[in-house]
Amino acid sequence: MNLSKKQKIDLFNTMLTIRRFEERLFDEFYAGSITGFVHSYIGEEAIATGVIAHLKKEDRIVSHHRGHGHCIAKGADMKRMMAEIYGRKTGYCKGKGGSMHIADFSIGMLGADGIVGAGLPIATGASIAAQLEGKGNVAAVFFGDGACQEGEFHEALNLASLWKLPLLFVCENNGWGVNTSIGESFGAKEITRVPDAFHIAHKTVDGNDVERVYQAAEKAVARLRKGSGPFFLECKTYRWHKHFLSDALPDLRPKNELEAWKKKCPVKAYETKLLKQGILTPKKIAAMNAKIMDAVEEANQYALASPFPKPQDALQDIYSK
Amino acid sequence: MREITYDQAALEAIQEEFRRDPRTVHMATDLPPELRQEFGSDRIRVTPIAENNFVGASIGLAGSGFRTVANIRMATFGFVALDQMMNHAAKITYMFGGQAKFPILYRMTVGGGFQGAAEHSISPYSMYMNVPGLKILLPTTPYDVKGLLKTALRDNNPVVSFEHFLLGGTIGEVPEKEYFIPFGKADIKRKGTDVTVVALAKMVHEALAVAEELAGKGISLEVIDPRTLIPFDKQTVIRSVKKTGRLVVVDEACQTCGAAAEIIAFTTSDKSAFGKLKSAPVRVCGMDIPIPFSPPMEKFALPDKKKIIRAVMNVLGD
Ligand SMILES: Cc1ncc(C[n+]2csc(CCOP(=O)(O)OP(=O)(O)O)c2C)c(N)n1
Ligand SMILES: [Mg+2]
Repeated sequence: MNLSKKQKIDLFNTMLTIRRFEERLFDEFYAGSITGFVHSYIGEEAIATGVIAHLKKEDRIVSHHRGHGHCIAKGADMKRMMAEIYGRKTGYCKGKGGSMHIADFSIGMLGADGIVGAGLPIATGASIAAQLEGKGNVAAVFFGDGACQEGEFHEALNLASLWKLPLLFVCENNGWGVNTSIGESFGAKEITRVPDAFHIAHKTVDGNDVERVYQAAEKAVARLRKGSGPFFLECKTYRWHKHFLSDALPDLRPKNELEAWKKKCPVKAYETKLLKQGILTPKKIAAMNAKIMDAVEEANQYALASPFPKPQDALQDIYSK
Repeated sequence: MREITYDQAALEAIQEEFRRDPRTVHMATDLPPELRQEFGSDRIRVTPIAENNFVGASIGLAGSGFRTVANIRMATFGFVALDQMMNHAAKITYMFGGQAKFPILYRMTVGGGFQGAAEHSISPYSMYMNVPGLKILLPTTPYDVKGLLKTALRDNNPVVSFEHFLLGGTIGEVPEKEYFIPFGKADIKRKGTDVTVVALAKMVHEALAVAEELAGKGISLEVIDPRTLIPFDKQTVIRSVKKTGRLVVVDEACQTCGAAAEIIAFTTSDKSAFGKLKSAPVRVCGMDIPIPFSPPMEKFALPDKKKIIRAVMNVLGD
């Protein structure tokens, strides 16, 4: 389907929000205000944006270590996200999870998982739940090319295929797992050969083109809602920063590869397109940007103003009542 | 009172709770025919042989408002699912700040003594005790398994029930009337005055047989079955040791870093119990070896009545 003007602006707005949020984390991390493992989603924003645009609150997603974009696209509160990343009591997980483990069960964001591949079995469970509820809801799981090397990936595909689960597999293929290329680590070479072997319908798209992702996800989600079984969407993309923000971690990827992908910036490309179509003007973009910057600043201030948890708070929430 | 088998009692617990709560799912690699017949194939699912996947799927179901019973069958198969069990099921409530509940019952059999050899015989509950976030059951009788599983099926946390392979066919009294056994409440299976014997899993029955035998010789054993390892009813053990002054812990799991070591540690660290000890506590555990197949070697590796009697005589100073 053709996108309306409003849909296009929404997509652009979500991508820009993720970008600005991540840029702020980058600054704060290297200024020393944030610690731990922070994985930047910059360069991959079109995927979370284009896919999650089709999901309702009742649809559940499972994310991975590079998960801020999925949270924002699903409608998470940036203030509570930021507070979690800063380890504050007001964060989504009361400071017990940090950047890698943000979850908001109230909006169907079942959490980001830091063990590569581990979100996949969990997501099969979320889609079994959707199937049992029988309301046409779906689940989506986001994972990297690296996760496709884990047994959990293959087990989840088998189960989804066998039980016709309403599960959308979204592979964010950025070609690398830390500093190991997919060529060095994946025997099937093309990832979609694996879902294909399990008779799972699949499509590969340019993951930096938000409209391509959006359109592919639209068809996929419609299929899922009808109960036609799982779908596998491979989105080719590239991460701009090191595996996680760090002074010490080397980046061993070829420089020219990064430069080439930076020219295919998903946010910039879409901005240019919408300007050309006359849907956005430089003035409108400036206004959108200012509003997003304010929201990110507000989130940052909220986090900074929030108290740290008390040491003894570590003893809470081991079990639920 | 009517008598039924351990397996039948466990099944009843699941049937009763599945009748009450339609948002329940059973997953296992083998079909449980009674459950399938009553609750249908949507809720009673036979999974591929992918333990890690269905242990993980239970978490996703739980996070989506469903309660799952996942029967892993043998604890050695459970090792295949350790990522989802240890990294996720155990931690997810905590790591997400208690936002969601994860009501899951994981069941698996433990133990040796049936010539299953090393890959089908093991009692790894202490490993699970070492990863906080799980509740851990060790039901030893038909009565206990039903009451504990009933409680587990109302609990909003991941619960792991370790059920000794050789107990499934044992018979015992189980009331028709509904009942629940709370977690963290040990059962004194036999009262006594001379030696406190804390026994785990199938060793409860060996210890009771020893107690009967020694009663004839004028030696009185108090046999305690903790029933749940997490939470653990420390007070019942401490109280008993203060009375008897002697402690023997019997567990067929390997001795090193086992539950038996923990039981002795918390008892002897309790000043009032320590002060009452008349002799050093003794462990009777499985040897620190993989369980061998051939019967003479297997028997040698595991605790038995003779070894328990030796330990009791040891703490009595004979
Ligand atoms: C089971 C496991 N092994 C190794 C790691 C360390 N690790 C974290 S992310 C990562 C690479 C993941 O690559 P990919 O799935 O492609 O995601 P990307 O980081 O490229 O987004 C690795 C090896 C881990 N977290 N979990
Ligand atoms: Mg990757």
